[in-house]
Amino acid sequence: MSGTVPKKRLKDLSFWQKIYVPEIIKGLSQTLKQMFQPSFTMEYPEVKFDPPASYRGRPVLVQEENGIERCVACGLCSRVCPALAIEVQAGETEREKERYPEKFEINMLRCIFCGLCEEVCPEEAIVMSKDYEIVFTNRADALYGKDKLLTPIAKLQDRINFLRQYKG
Amino acid sequence: MPKFTLNGKEVQFTEGQTIIQAAANAGVDIPHFCWHPSLSVSGNCRVCMVEVERIPKLVIACSTIAAEGMVVNTRSEKTLAARNAVMEFLLINHPLDCPICDEAGECKLQDYAYKYSAGESRFTEEKNNKKKRVALGPAVMFDGERCISCSRCIRFCDEIAGKNQLTLVKRGDRVTITTFPGKELDNPYSLNVTDICPVGALTNRDFRFNSRVWDMSSTKTICSGCSRGCNTDVWVRSNEILRITPRSNPDVNNFWMCDEGRLKTFRNVNAEDRVSGPQVRREGKLQKVTWDEAYSAAGELKSYTKEDIAFIGSPEATVEDNYLLVKFAKSVFGIKHLSMLDHSVTGSGDEILIREDKSPNAVGAKMAGIASENDELDFAGILNGIKNGKIRALYILEDSKLSEYPQLIELLSKLDFLVVHAVNYSPLTKYANIVFPAASYTEKNGVWVNFQGRAQRIRPAITTHETDRSIDGMSMSRLDKFGTKFDSWGNVNKVEARPSWKIIAGLMTIFGHKQKFSMAEEVFREMSDIIPAFKGENYDKIGESGAFIAGKPTAI
Repeated sequence: MSGTVPKKRLKDLSFWQKIYVPEIIKGLSQTLKQMFQPSFTMEYPEVKFDPPASYRGRPVLVQEENGIERCVACGLCSRVCPALAIEVQAGETEREKERYPEKFEINMLRCIFCGLCEEVCPEEAIVMSKDYEIVFTNRADALYGKDKLLTPIAKLQDRINFLRQYKG
Repeated sequence: MPKFTLNGKEVQFTEGQTIIQAAANAGVDIPHFCWHPSLSVSGNCRVCMVEVERIPKLVIACSTIAAEGMVVNTRSEKTLAARNAVMEFLLINHPLDCPICDEAGECKLQDYAYKYSAGESRFTEEKNNKKKRVALGPAVMFDGERCISCSRCIRFCDEIAGKNQLTLVKRGDRVTITTFPGKELDNPYSLNVTDICPVGALTNRDFRFNSRVWDMSSTKTICSGCSRGCNTDVWVRSNEILRITPRSNPDVNNFWMCDEGRLKTFRNVNAEDRVSGPQVRREGKLQKVTWDEAYSAAGELKSYTKEDIAFIGSPEATVEDNYLLVKFAKSVFGIKHLSMLDHSVTGSGDEILIREDKSPNAVGAKMAGIASENDELDFAGILNGIKNGKIRALYILEDSKLSEYPQLIELLSKLDFLVVHAVNYSPLTKYANIVFPAASYTEKNGVWVNFQGRAQRIRPAITTHETDRSIDGMSMSRLDKFGTKFDSWGNVNKVEARPSWKIIAGLMTIFGHKQKFSMAEEVFREMSDIIPAFKGENYDKIGESGAFIAGKPTAI
């Protein structure tokens, strides 16, 4: 191959660009225009962000209208979780679906919001919610049990519809 | 030896073998549901069909006898198509229960569906409904829908357990398994049907829904229930034993174990009343102390002579534990009062597996020197000695049956000094001056010798304060590998206990007989130099299936 190839500019600057002043005026006029546009910034936390259905907030358990969770404690979410965030202990009930989660715990310090638990779930029982405000001040509080995870199905309809449209 | 061609390769077989057996010996696995190496051939699942040259139709490998010059193909197009068809057929009425089924993860149907099925079904009608959750007996739960009617469980009860307790009823897609009216599946080996069930139709009621199989670690060890010493796997999650399953060993237990051994031998390990940390009685109360404090407190034994101290070994402890007890007693005291309790229960044995001797290591303890002919007093003699005040101090190795032995318990208050190695709190620890927490049989390495004279290894399945899964080479589940102390499943219960040989070795230092053992294996090495029965034996040689060290194998 040949040796050095002389560097060539894509485009040489024109005279007006070289003197710089018109470019400054252009920039400043853009700034001035934006000052009178409606504000884009959200005044969080006074104003809350309402995420779209595709948003992956913290995973929650779907609670049917009769108050019973859909989860049958198969443990697939726990197995697939790349961060080992989920712990499930199954128990036996008298209901037709004989298996239910006696304990269902997500360690929110481990959770990486990948959504694999939702993807693997055969019962559509764990879904990603729109909740992005996850706050705790010690390790023990980061363990979200069934009390924090169970969410009425009405609140999750958006995500479920999204999943039915795009999942699988 | 005759030969036949299997998938283009010549393989040898023995006269009378079926194709499936001959192929298994040659390392070719032919899929099978109803065939089991220890049961009669029923040939009803049809998944083992293979192509044999010059036979127009496919034949089932489990009942076709291999013949000289036969040309068998287990991977031909025809075979694969037939397998797929059988899988599709079996899955027609099999419910999609895997998420709630305990068998998932160790299910033959699940495995074969991945391996041999195209994964498509032409069946669009409704699956049939059968009875689910039928308690066939005290230990076994039956799910009619999952059953593929392979009849393994029926043949097991008839042929191995010797009790005709199960049968198939009805026909076609209504066929199901049931007990005879008013009868239960309650033979002492009933839980083996849950192991051989290729699907989740028969499940262990005790283990039901306790854990996913992939969340547990399994450790190859030996059942402590009787002197048969069935080879077992101990399944552990979060340092808790959840179930025990038999491990195949044709010389000892074949594929089976009894329900008693499976369900009861780990209760005391998981129990709340485990002794944790050495304890010394001060002002009438047991107080937790450090190991060194406990050892020096046990130094009080020095004030007794060989005439007024006795030692009780244990047929539940390992040969290493018993050997060091003997060594301690002989080298420090030069004594002869050394015996142990016989655990035999007359009439409790059977012709299958269960033995009358309810201890796993009586033969081994005797080999290690407990209750030998040179001893002056036997067990009854020691009791007598305590009664008439001759024996004032007693040293007891862990033995759960001693605490259920009233003749001994009522004499304990007569003793001046009592040292006990204990796994659980018991009437013995109530009287003890010093309690050493002993590691249970699932927490230590060692050797047991069963009634046949077969040395078998026990291995630690759960950790104590002093052991670590990765450093000590114990089996680990995924949770063990990646858990931290901050995870609720990583922050596990552990007891502060040591194997008895280690406790005695530490104690001997106080008496000026320093021992250099840091592993059970080293104790065994010393034994193999000294004791003729163990000569030439080592842990590697004993391995996973054990080694005969005395006598001859008796038929099982």
